[in-house]
Amino acid sequence: MINLTINGKSESVEVADDTPLLWVLRDTLGLTGTKYGCGMALCGACTVHLDGAPTRSCVLPVSAAVGKSITTIEGLSADRSHPVQRAWIELDVPQCGYCQSGQIMSAAALLKKTPAPTDQDIDTAMAGNLCRCGTYVRIRKAIHRAAELAGKEG
Amino acid sequence: MPDHDTGIAASRETLVDASRRGFLKSTASVSGGLFIAMYLPGCGKPDNARQGPASVVEANAWLRIGTDSSITVLCDRSEMGQGVYTALPTLIAEELGVDPDTVKIEFAPSSAAYVNSLLGAQVTGGSTSVRDAWDKLRMAGAEARQRLALAAADRWSVPASRCTVADGYVQFTTRRAAIGELVEAAAALPVPQNIQPVDPDNFRFIGKPHKRLDTAAKVDGSARFGIDVRLPDMLYAALAQSPQLGGSVASVDDAKARGMPGVRQVVQTSSGVAVIADSWWQVRQARDALAIKWHGGSAAKLSNASIYAGLRSAASGKGRSVRSDGDADAGLRSAARRVEAVYELPMLAHATLEPQNCTVEFRDGECHVHAPTQAQQLAQTAAAQASGLPLEKVFVHTTFLGGGFGRRLDVDFIPAAVECAKAAGKPVKLLWTREDDTTHDKYRPPARNTCTAGIDAKGNLTTFKLQLVAPSITSRWAPAVVKDIVDPFAIEAAQNFPYAAANVAVDYVRHEIGIDVGYWRSVSHALNCFTVESFMDEVAYVVGMDPYQFRRGLLNSQPRWQAVLDAAAGKAQWGRAAEGHHQGIALMSGYDTYLAQVIEVSMSGNKLVVHRVVTVIDCGRMVNPDIVRAQAEGSVIFGLTAALYDDVTIADGKVREQNFDSYRLMRINEVPQIEVYMLDSQEKPGGMGEPVVALVAPALCNAIYAASRKRLRSLPVVKQGIVV
Repeated sequence: MINLTINGKSESVEVADDTPLLWVLRDTLGLTGTKYGCGMALCGACTVHLDGAPTRSCVLPVSAAVGKSITTIEGLSADRSHPVQRAWIELDVPQCGYCQSGQIMSAAALLKKTPAPTDQDIDTAMAGNLCRCGTYVRIRKAIHRAAELAGKEG
Repeated sequence: MPDHDTGIAASRETLVDASRRGFLKSTASVSGGLFIAMYLPGCGKPDNARQGPASVVEANAWLRIGTDSSITVLCDRSEMGQGVYTALPTLIAEELGVDPDTVKIEFAPSSAAYVNSLLGAQVTGGSTSVRDAWDKLRMAGAEARQRLALAAADRWSVPASRCTVADGYVQFTTRRAAIGELVEAAAALPVPQNIQPVDPDNFRFIGKPHKRLDTAAKVDGSARFGIDVRLPDMLYAALAQSPQLGGSVASVDDAKARGMPGVRQVVQTSSGVAVIADSWWQVRQARDALAIKWHGGSAAKLSNASIYAGLRSAASGKGRSVRSDGDADAGLRSAARRVEAVYELPMLAHATLEPQNCTVEFRDGECHVHAPTQAQQLAQTAAAQASGLPLEKVFVHTTFLGGGFGRRLDVDFIPAAVECAKAAGKPVKLLWTREDDTTHDKYRPPARNTCTAGIDAKGNLTTFKLQLVAPSITSRWAPAVVKDIVDPFAIEAAQNFPYAAANVAVDYVRHEIGIDVGYWRSVSHALNCFTVESFMDEVAYVVGMDPYQFRRGLLNSQPRWQAVLDAAAGKAQWGRAAEGHHQGIALMSGYDTYLAQVIEVSMSGNKLVVHRVVTVIDCGRMVNPDIVRAQAEGSVIFGLTAALYDDVTIADGKVREQNFDSYRLMRINEVPQIEVYMLDSQEKPGGMGEPVVALVAPALCNAIYAASRKRLRSLPVVKQGIVV
C-alpha cells in the first residue's frame, strides 16, 4: 500500500512502486484532468505540483511522491477561482484544451515563485508545455493577466 | 453519463420516424421534458446525401426544449478546438433569442440526420462546420421560434406576428409565457409556413465576440476527452502494431507478457497484437515484453528516397487536366522568357496531443463506442464490422477531441478496441502510446509540383502551367466520391489560380506511394499554396518587380483576393521593415475564405529569426470573431511548426520519428509576434479551421529569399541548411 496526499486528501493505492504518478492519478484514482501526451517529460501535459513545484508526473515513480503534497488541476481551486483559471477564462485561452491542465499548473507554479513575471520568465517556465493548437499567444497574455488578478487580491 | 445515453436513445427514436418530412413528432423523455424534432420541408433524402458533396440534409434533430424551458442543442460536429461547440449552438440560440450561455449542449449521436451537406457524411472536416450549418441551424431555430409564437397566439387569440420569443419567454404586449409552458402545444402544430430566420441586422449574438462555451470545463480538468472515458469494470489495452507499415504478425511469443502483473489476455486483433490488463501502465509494459515476428508488408522496402524517386518518375507521365485556359503549351513556345521551378513537399504527422484511443463496451446486445472521432458514421461502420453487429446495434459516443487536424477522420484505431472488448467480455479502453501515434499516422501526402511561366518581351505573365504529382487521399478514404473525377482535395489552391494570364494549365498526376496518406489540416492547400506562391515570388524577381506589386497587378478582376493582399501589405508596412528585417508575402483562397500574410524575418549567416507574422482574413460573416481570431493565431503556429521543423522520414518501411524529441512542435519561447486582422464582410461564411496554416510556408520562404537570396523549394527549413 502506498500512501499519498493529493489535493489535501490522503489516498492509499495498491500499485507497483515504479508506476508513474500520472497513471495512479488517472487510472487508479480517476483524476483524469492530468493528461498523457508523451510519456517522456517532453510535452508537459501531465504537469502537477509536488510540494508546489511543477513536476512531470509521467516520469515520476509514485514512490517518489510519498510524503509530499501533490496538487492536480482538480485541486487548484474548488471553483475555477485561481487567478490563472480566471485569466484563462477571461481570454478564452483553450482550443482543444488537452494541454491546458498542464499549462495552467505550470503557470500557477510560475506565479507563485514570480508574482510579476517578464516575457523571459514566461518563456523559461512554460517552454516545457507543448500546445499543438498554438494557443501560446493567449497563454502569454493570460499569465500577465493572472499576475494582475493575483496582485489585486493582495 | 446516463443523461447522455438517454438523450442518444431518445433522439434515435425520433430519427427513426424521420422519413415523414414536414412532420413534427414529440416524445416525452425520461427527464420529463419534451423533444421537438423538426424536419425541414423541401429537402432531399439522406440516401442521396451520402452520394457526394451536392447532397442536402433531410431531418434536423438539433434542438430539444423541455417543459421546464430548458434548451438543449445537439452538437453534430466534433469539437477539436475549432469552436463548433460554441458556434453551432449560437446559431440556434440566436433564433430563440437566448444567450448561448444558457443552452445545454450534448454531442449528437451517429446518424444520417447529421450528414454534412458539403461532405456527404457526418464528418467534421474541410472547415465546413459553420458553412454547412449557417442556413440549416438558423432555420431549425427559426422554426422552433415560429411554432412557439403560433402556440402563444392560439392561447391568447392574438396575432402570432406580434408575439416575440426571447430569453425563454413568448411575449405579447404585457402577456408572457415561458417557452416550456407552450412547447407541447407548439409541437402539435402543423409545420409553419414561410419560416424566416432573424435578419442579420438584428443579430444579438452572431457576429459578436462571445466567450467559448467549453472554456470552463477546459480550465478545471473536467472536460472529458476520449482518453478520459471510464466505465465500470473497464480494462485497459495497448496494441503492438507492425513497425513496418502494412506488415502483419508472423508469430507471437507472449509467455513473458502473460506472466506480468495485471495482465488478463493477449489478443490478436486485425491491426496487431493487443495486451489487456487492469491498468494501462501494466499493459504498456506487458506489450513491450511481447516477442513478435512480423511479416513485412508491401511497404517493407519503402524509404523517402524511393518515394520521391517514384514521384519524380510519375512526373514524366500525363496527368489529368483540371484547368485549361487558352493554350499553355503554345504560350510557353512563344514566350520571350520561361521560368521553371520544381517544389517538393514532405510528409507530415498530425501529432494530436491526445494520442489515438477508443473505449468500447458491449451491453445488452449493443456495442457502445466512446471515441474522439471526426467521422461518426465511419466509426459506427468500422465498429459494426469489427463486432459483427448490425449498424443499428452500434452507438458512437463522441467525446471532446484532444486535437483533430484531420487525423481523426480516419477510424483505424477503432476496430482493435472493439475486438479487445469483445474478447474480454468487459469494457476496454485501448490507448496508443505517443510513439504508436507518430509511427502509425495517416501522413500528409508528399508532393512534387512543377511550375512553368511564360513571360512576354514586355515582362508580362502570359502563361502559367502547373503540374501536381501526389497521391490521392480521397481515393482511399471515400473511393466512390472520386470514381469518375479528380480528387478535389488534391487540386486545392492550384485549380483556382487567381492571377491574370492568357494561358493557364493545371494538371494533376495521381501517384500512389504504397502507404496510406491522410487529410492533414488544410490538406492540399498547404502543398499547392507553397508551390504557387513561392513560384509567383520567383517570377516577380525574374521580371524585376516588387513581389506585392507584381501580384497586385494581376488581380484587378479579383477584388476579394486583391483586398486581402492590400490589407496585409498595409498592416505589415510592406517595404518598410526595420533595418535588417525582410518580408515575404503570400495569398490564398480556400474554404470560401480569402487571406493574405506577410512574414518578417532577419538572417545572420544561416541563422534565421522569424519576427512577425501579419495575417489578413476575409472569411465572410463570422459567427464568433474571437474564435476566428484564435483559429488564425493557432494556425500560424501550426504552419510555422511544419514549415520550420518537421517531416516524416521512412527507412525500410518504418517511420523514424517517434516522440516530440524527433518530431518537434513549436514551443512558447519560439513564437514570433502574431497579428491577425479580419475584414468586415457581408459575404456568406467561409471556413476558418484550416486555411491560415497553408499560407505560412510560402510567406516564410519568400521572406527567407528576400533576406538571403536563397530560394527554398523543399521543406522543412531546418533541413535546407538554415538554423533556427
